[in-house]
Amino acid sequence: MNWVLDHIPELLSASGDHLQLALLPVAVGLVVSLPLGWVANRWRVARAILVPVSGLLYTIPSLALFVIMPLVLGTRILDPINVQAALTVYTVALLVRSIADALAAVPESVIAAASAMGYRTGGRFFAVELPLAVPVLIAGVRVAAVSNISLVAVGQIIGVGGLGFFLLHGAQSSPPNYQEIVAGIVLIVLLALVVDGLLAFAGRAMTPWARKRAGVVAR
Amino acid sequence: MIEFQAVTKRYDDGTVAVDHLDLSIDDGRVTVLVGPSGCGKTTSLRMINRMVEATSGTISIDGADIRSRKPALLRRGIGYVIQNAGLFPHRTVLDNIATVPVLLGAKKAAARRRAEELLVTVGLPSELAGRYPAQLSGGQQQRVGVARALAADPPVLLMDEPFSAVDPVVRDDLQEELLRLQSELGKTIVFVTHDIDEAIKLGDKVAVLRVGGRLAQYDTPATLLAKPVDDFVAAFVGRDRGYRSLGFLSAHGVSVAPLPTVPLGSSVESARGSLRNGWAVVVDDSNAPLGWVSGVSLSTVEGELRRDDLVSGGSLYVADSKAGSLRTALDAALSSPAGIGIAVDSDGTVLGGVTADSVLKSLDDARRSGEVPS
Ligand SMILES: Nc1ncnc2c1ncn2[C@@H]1O[C@H](COP(=O)(O)OP(=O)(O)OP(=O)(O)O)[C@@H](O)[C@H]1O
Ligand SMILES: [Mg+2]
Repeated sequence: MNWVLDHIPELLSASGDHLQLALLPVAVGLVVSLPLGWVANRWRVARAILVPVSGLLYTIPSLALFVIMPLVLGTRILDPINVQAALTVYTVALLVRSIADALAAVPESVIAAASAMGYRTGGRFFAVELPLAVPVLIAGVRVAAVSNISLVAVGQIIGVGGLGFFLLHGAQSSPPNYQEIVAGIVLIVLLALVVDGLLAFAGRAMTPWARKRAGVVAR
Repeated sequence: MIEFQAVTKRYDDGTVAVDHLDLSIDDGRVTVLVGPSGCGKTTSLRMINRMVEATSGTISIDGADIRSRKPALLRRGIGYVIQNAGLFPHRTVLDNIATVPVLLGAKKAAARRRAEELLVTVGLPSELAGRYPAQLSGGQQQRVGVARALAADPPVLLMDEPFSAVDPVVRDDLQEELLRLQSELGKTIVFVTHDIDEAIKLGDKVAVLRVGGRLAQYDTPATLLAKPVDDFVAAFVGRDRGYRSLGFLSAHGVSVAPLPTVPLGSSVESARGSLRNGWAVVVDDSNAPLGWVSGVSLSTVEGELRRDDLVSGGSLYVADSKAGSLRTALDAALSSPAGIGIAVDSDGTVLGGVTADSVLKSLDDARRSGEVPS
C-alpha cells in the first residue's frame, strides 16, 4: 500500500484525465448519433446503410482505430485527440442503432395523437419521441461510457495518459510494480462502476413514468 | 359547417379509400360515420385535419378550404380522440390534457388549471391529476383523451372509434357522458364507429359508408331505421330496427290508465281488496313503485305486507321526460309481470299503467298522422 499512499495526488489527477478522455466522446457521440438515429428511423434506405456500417465500425479493434485516426484527421500520431475521436466513433456506432430502434418502438397511436394535436415534426421529436426513447438511450449510453472507460487504458499505448499510465509503467518497471498495476486496475473498475451507477440513477430520475406500470393501478 | 365536395382519396398503392364523397356536416351536432371495416371512415376523418391529404375534391370548414391553413395550425383548432386514447405515456394526466393550450402558447400554470377543470368535466376524480397513463384503466384513459381534445375549446371534435376498446358497460357510461357533455358544449362532432347501435345512439345524423368509400345513406337515425335506401343499409342497420325505431317516437299519445296501488306495510286483506285484474302495485311513502302483488302471491302471506312478499317489477316508463319514447313504454309493458307497464313521473312516483295495446295504438296514430316516415 505504500506506493499507493505516496502517489494519491497523481492517481487522482490521472482519474480526472481518464474520465474526461472517456466521457467527452460519449457526449459528442450522443449529439452526433441523435440526428443519425432519427434519419435511420425515418428512411428505410438510410437505416439499411447506417445500421450495418455502424455495426462494422464497432468491430474495428481499438488500437487499429487509434493509429488510423491521424491519417483521417491529419493529427500527430501521439495526439490524445486521436483516442477521443476513435472513442466518439465507437459511441456513435453503438448509439445510432439504439436510437433508431427506440424511436421505432414509439407506438404509432402516440405519434398520430401528437401530430393530431398540432405538433410539427421537429417539436414532436423533442416533446414526444425523444423522451420516450430515453430508457433505451440511457442503456446505450451506459454501455458506451463503461466501454470507453476501459478503452482509454488501451490508449496509453499511444501515450494518451489517464489511469492506463500506471498499468504500463508498473509493468515496465523492473521488478514490476504490482501495487501500481493493481491500483490502476481498481481505479478503472471503480470509475466504470460509479459512472454506470450515476447514469442509471439519472435515467431513472428522467423517466418516472417508466416505472409506473399498469400492474400498480389503484382505484 | 364542414363540407366534403367530391372528395376522393387514392393511397399510393392504388387503394381508393374514399370515392367522390359529398357530405355536409352540421354545426353543433354529432355526425356519425359508420360502415364495415375498411370502408374509409378513418381516412375520411383524417382528411378533415389533413393527417391524410385528399387526392381530389375539396374539404372546407366554415367556407374556407382547409388547404389554405398550415396543417399544424389547423389541427390545434380541431380536437382529436382516437381508440386507446393515444395518451403520451411520459406525461401526467394533467400535462396530457394541457398539451394543446401549451402548444398554443398558454402559460404552463394556466394550462394546468384549465386541465384540472376539464378532469372534472369528463367525470374523473382530481386525484388522478398526477398519475401517468399506464396507471389508469382503459375507460379513464379514454376520458382523459376526451379532456385533452377539449382543452383548447375547439369548435370541432374528431373521434375515431374512441370507445371501441373498452368493455360494454364502460362504453355505455362513456357514451352517456359524451351525450351529456355535448348537450352542454354543443361542439361539431364527427364520430367514427363500426357499431351501428353506437351510431344510432350518438348521432344527430348518420352517414353509412360502403366498402370502396362510397356514401350509401346520410340521414337521421330515425329515418335510417325506418327507411333504409337499399339492402346493404337495411342489412347493416340490423334485425331489430322496427323495435329500435320506436325509440325515436314520442310516447305522449299513449294513454295512461289508473293503477291500483297499495302502500308497503298495509294489511294483506286490504291489498287483496285493491287488486284489479288480479294485480296491484306496491308503493313506498313517496308513492314510488316497489313491485307487484297478485292474488296468487298474496294467497300464502298474512298480516302486514313486507318487501319479501312482492313480485319484482319490470322496467319503468318515465312519462314526462324526453326519455319517454314508445320503446320505453312498450318495454315497460312487456317486461312487467302483470302485462301492464308502470308509468312514473320524473320524480319516480306512480302515474298509472300502460299496456302494449295502447302503445301499438299510438304507433298506429303516429303512422296515420305522418309522424312515422314511410
Ligand atoms: N396508409 C395507407 N396506405 C394504403 N392503403 C391504406 C392506408 N390507410 C388505409 N388504407 C386502405 O384504405 C381503405 C380504408 O381504410 P380506413 O382506415 O379509412 O378504413 P376504416 O373504415 O377506418 O376501417 P376500420 O373500421 O377497420 O378502422 C382500406 O382498404 C385500407 O386498407
Ligand atoms: Mg378506422
